[in-house]
Amino acid sequence: MSQIFQFFPKFVLEPRLEVSGKWVILSPIIAIILTLFSGVIIFSLLGKDPFLALYTFFVQPLTTMFGITELLVKATPLVLIGVGLAIGFKANVWNIGAEGQFTMGAVFGGGTALLCQHTESILVLPLVLVLGTLGGLFWGAIPAFLKTRFNANEILTSLMLSYVAVLCLSYLVHGPWRDPAGFNFPESQIFSDYAMLPILIENSRLNLGTMFAILVVLVAWILMTRTIIGFQLRVVGLAPTAAQYAGFKQSGLIWLSFLISGGLAGLAGIAEVSGTIGQLLPSVSPGYGFTAIIVAFLGRLHPVGVLFAGLIMALSYIGGENAQIEIGLPAAVTGLFQGILLFFLLACDVLVRYRLSHRSVLASERRE
Amino acid sequence: MDALPVVLTIITASTPLLLAATGELVTEKAGVLNLGVEGMMLVGAIAAFATAVSTGSGLLAILVGAFSGVAVAAIFAILTLTFLANQVATGLALTIFGVGLSALIGSSFVGISLEPLPQLNVEFLSTIPILGELLFGHDVLVYLSFIMILLAGYFLSKTRPGLILRAVGESHDSAHALGYSVLTVRYLAVLFGGFMSGLAGSYLSLVYTPLWAENMTAGRGWIALALVVFGTWRAGRIAFGAYLFGAITILQLHVQGWGINIASQFMTMLPYIATVVVLVLISQDRTKIKMNAPQSIGKAFRPAK
Repeated sequence: MSQIFQFFPKFVLEPRLEVSGKWVILSPIIAIILTLFSGVIIFSLLGKDPFLALYTFFVQPLTTMFGITELLVKATPLVLIGVGLAIGFKANVWNIGAEGQFTMGAVFGGGTALLCQHTESILVLPLVLVLGTLGGLFWGAIPAFLKTRFNANEILTSLMLSYVAVLCLSYLVHGPWRDPAGFNFPESQIFSDYAMLPILIENSRLNLGTMFAILVVLVAWILMTRTIIGFQLRVVGLAPTAAQYAGFKQSGLIWLSFLISGGLAGLAGIAEVSGTIGQLLPSVSPGYGFTAIIVAFLGRLHPVGVLFAGLIMALSYIGGENAQIEIGLPAAVTGLFQGILLFFLLACDVLVRYRLSHRSVLASERRE
Repeated sequence: MDALPVVLTIITASTPLLLAATGELVTEKAGVLNLGVEGMMLVGAIAAFATAVSTGSGLLAILVGAFSGVAVAAIFAILTLTFLANQVATGLALTIFGVGLSALIGSSFVGISLEPLPQLNVEFLSTIPILGELLFGHDVLVYLSFIMILLAGYFLSKTRPGLILRAVGESHDSAHALGYSVLTVRYLAVLFGGFMSGLAGSYLSLVYTPLWAENMTAGRGWIALALVVFGTWRAGRIAFGAYLFGAITILQLHVQGWGINIASQFMTMLPYIATVVVLVLISQDRTKIKMNAPQSIGKAFRPAK
């Protein structure tokens, strides 16, 4: 009986003395290749020509200028949220409620924009952005408070608060914030030009929000590699006991992780509504907050890695939309791909910390 | 107001929570934290629904739903137990995967509705006023949810295999040293968790709302996870918690009937806010959590040789 679940009885996993830098890079590449192989199987099962489907999904969107700007538009929230989450995950702080913090960013910032609908001042936009960021920060502060003060599991509380945030937004656009001239659709008024992020390229949706994402990547990179806070975050994640002995306050890092990731998710939320959408809708995110979890892992919890991972996951979104229009694939394929990719990534990641040894080799090494 | 119909609806709202929480209780007692309950429930829900639509057999649908839960739980088990992947990350991956897979399969089942499962009508017993309606006349999964939580409680506290499972969850190194196969126990516990989540999902799509909608679990998998903490890993308290949350869910349907005018969104929020509140109340007592939580939970086990 005990042998049933030992699939490879001849092999054992041996811990590496230090994390394998080679596998940190190789693992996501192999995971992506394996996901593409799974894609071939899934497309065939759905009765589509797998290679045409792969082309429509992953190549065709990038053949037009508009497609490339859309890629950047979709990558922006993923990178902004992903960078924040990566910082927390590194310290073993699990904020999985980014979807809610994103939504609250949209609510606070969007609410400010609606309030300033008739104010013609260049100060409106900065105010909208700051309040949006604060909205996400506030929503992220709740699980941090409940964790540090009451020891409540942050995974569950942050996720539950996501549902609450989305319902808040739904209430607002169905009720008090509904556009009176909007034929009863649950939508707010379209924001005034003073509350909108400037468009960077004519005839596209590419806006200043993308610049924020790039800036945030650079700042986070410096924070994680060049400052004492970044050092503490990394040590807590790698060796919690050592961090305790060194006197790093666990609660301080929980607060820091949640405030950074919540604030960035809020910024992503307000950038989405005041840059890309232009008004408040019942749903402002196709699951960016959850996809950003994959982005953080795929990007190796490193700000620069997150940038690339954000682009890859953004491609899965626009590829999915394209494949839906061009060859009638169900939109849900995107979500399935994202899940499969994360599975493969986590499986490949075992080789970052362990190496595979043959039992007999190990035994002979022991004898020597 | 007649209380009986309210009680009956509470039973239907509580059953999926109780089924899923029972599975997660056993999984966590073995020292594995599977955050993918929501994903497993969704896969169970669509598998059961698709089977019921294509074969018309309720029993077969339940079985397929439950074993689909086992199948996706197996992915989690292989990744975390054999490949030693991080349990939190893998659980999240399982949920993302389950949402995607169920939505893909479900895309061709949207808009179809189903006859609910037949009730277990015991002749004349269920015609006894109140007591008869309360005790009899439910579908088979309601009874199963009671049987399973009782069995799980008994298994964990009173039987030898249950003791071994708890030992594995408390200290996998000691259990291994005593010669128990940590890997086998944990695999079986995770698969059992998948089975129960699959059942919970089947209940949702076959009985609770007999149709398929994307993400129809609406966070119930996560609430089930919170229930295990709320019940401090004890079967009786978990059952109580499941019924408490069932009642809160049902409250939203009745409040407007009582003439209280609150936007529906705020009522829908209730179970989520209640989850946060009970987590805070129960976790406050750090020693209580420490005393009851399995000590090896979430930690990967790698045999020394």
